[in-house]
Amino acid sequence: MSMLELKAVSKVYGQGAAQVRALDQVTLSVDEGAMVAVMGPSGSGKSTLLTIAGTLEEPSGGQVLVGDADLAGLSRKEKARLRRRTIGYVFQDYNLLPGLTAAENVSLPLELDGWSARKARASGLAALEELGLADRAERFPDQLSGGERQRVAIARAMVGQRQLLLADEPSGALDSGNAEGVMRLLHEACKNGGMAAVVVTHDAQLASWADRVVFLRDGRVTDQTALEPGPESLLTPGRPQ
Amino acid sequence: MSVRHALLALLSEGPKYGLQLREEFESRTGEVWPLNVGQVYTTLQRLERDGFVESDGTGEGPQKAFQITESGSAELSEWLRLPPDLSSPPRDELVMKVLVAIRLPGVDVHEVIQVHRRYLVQLMQEWTRIKENGAEGDLSLALAVDAELFRLDSVVRWLDAADGRLKRAAGDGQIQPAAEPREAEAPLPKQRRRIGARG
Repeated sequence: MSMLELKAVSKVYGQGAAQVRALDQVTLSVDEGAMVAVMGPSGSGKSTLLTIAGTLEEPSGGQVLVGDADLAGLSRKEKARLRRRTIGYVFQDYNLLPGLTAAENVSLPLELDGWSARKARASGLAALEELGLADRAERFPDQLSGGERQRVAIARAMVGQRQLLLADEPSGALDSGNAEGVMRLLHEACKNGGMAAVVVTHDAQLASWADRVVFLRDGRVTDQTALEPGPESLLTPGRPQ
Repeated sequence: MSVRHALLALLSEGPKYGLQLREEFESRTGEVWPLNVGQVYTTLQRLERDGFVESDGTGEGPQKAFQITESGSAELSEWLRLPPDLSSPPRDELVMKVLVAIRLPGVDVHEVIQVHRRYLVQLMQEWTRIKENGAEGDLSLALAVDAELFRLDSVVRWLDAADGRLKRAAGDGQIQPAAEPREAEAPLPKQRRRIGARG
């Protein structure tokens, strides 16, 4: 089932001569359990695509569906609920609240959604444990390494019953070992947790963790890759026995 | 990949048979570079001729064990520290294709770049999947796959940079729009010869 669907989505900023077409008739579908990377140079519309999919901005044209909800038909309140319950965000600079511990940061969205503090904390701790951060739960963001901070941010994006994960250059500030760890976690969240993810990046190594890579240029989807089943074939062609 | 020196490295651990060398070569290189047994024996013969290995002389064919000599060890140690030749740029086929596409009438160089970018990213996806599925406990494989990913990544980054540079150059009027009618004295053949003569 498709978890995110963009149908001929356009986004125009400004008017007349100053008009900028950030997205132009973008159509994209991301199924449950799939991770899609969106690659493109700066200014290609990657971040706009993510903010529209995340209901943070309205498209100028076209249709956006998250699960089976058509965003155009939702009130502000309903959109806010969708953001709290269904959509998780991961940003390049983590966006953790400095005055809260890792556990508090992760359970905050649940508390905001009306969960009891105790239940929210239990779920938050479980999410941290799943990402190998059980022993970091009581630390504040500035007591964590960059890789740990991003894992806390991923835990926060996955906690509860989130179904759609939106990530903007999620490992942009990390070294290659930590970046690989973050991408591995995101891909596992899709493969094993059934989440759908859209990862926006200009980095081909990160994009290569995705099941599909979509190329964006001047606001338009120009191309995409498809991963053939059985990639192990790379190790076998013409292999002498 | 220097099979010669890889075999010397394996023999520095002790005497070994040809088949054994092939198996160990493949497992130590993460099975990324397949090697046939004929290659192993040809290489061993040359190493023996050069005095870098010696056989005990008792067995025949697969029964023959080889060991490294003192000058073989010296050769191996020298090779480890010898930088590979990276000083002169290779005659890169992809670079040539892009250079040719800029001037070829009726060809959109950005489209050509994207064809290659897609192919490379797709290859990177396949390598990443191998790393994800199999390389966890296989250090050699993880290292070999990383090397391949970084290599392909550098090509993608060059394509990205070329894409951006060409876009800026077109904006400055430095290059003509692609879809020009082909003329009898189009500049392409000259351009091609010049590129071909390089490197």
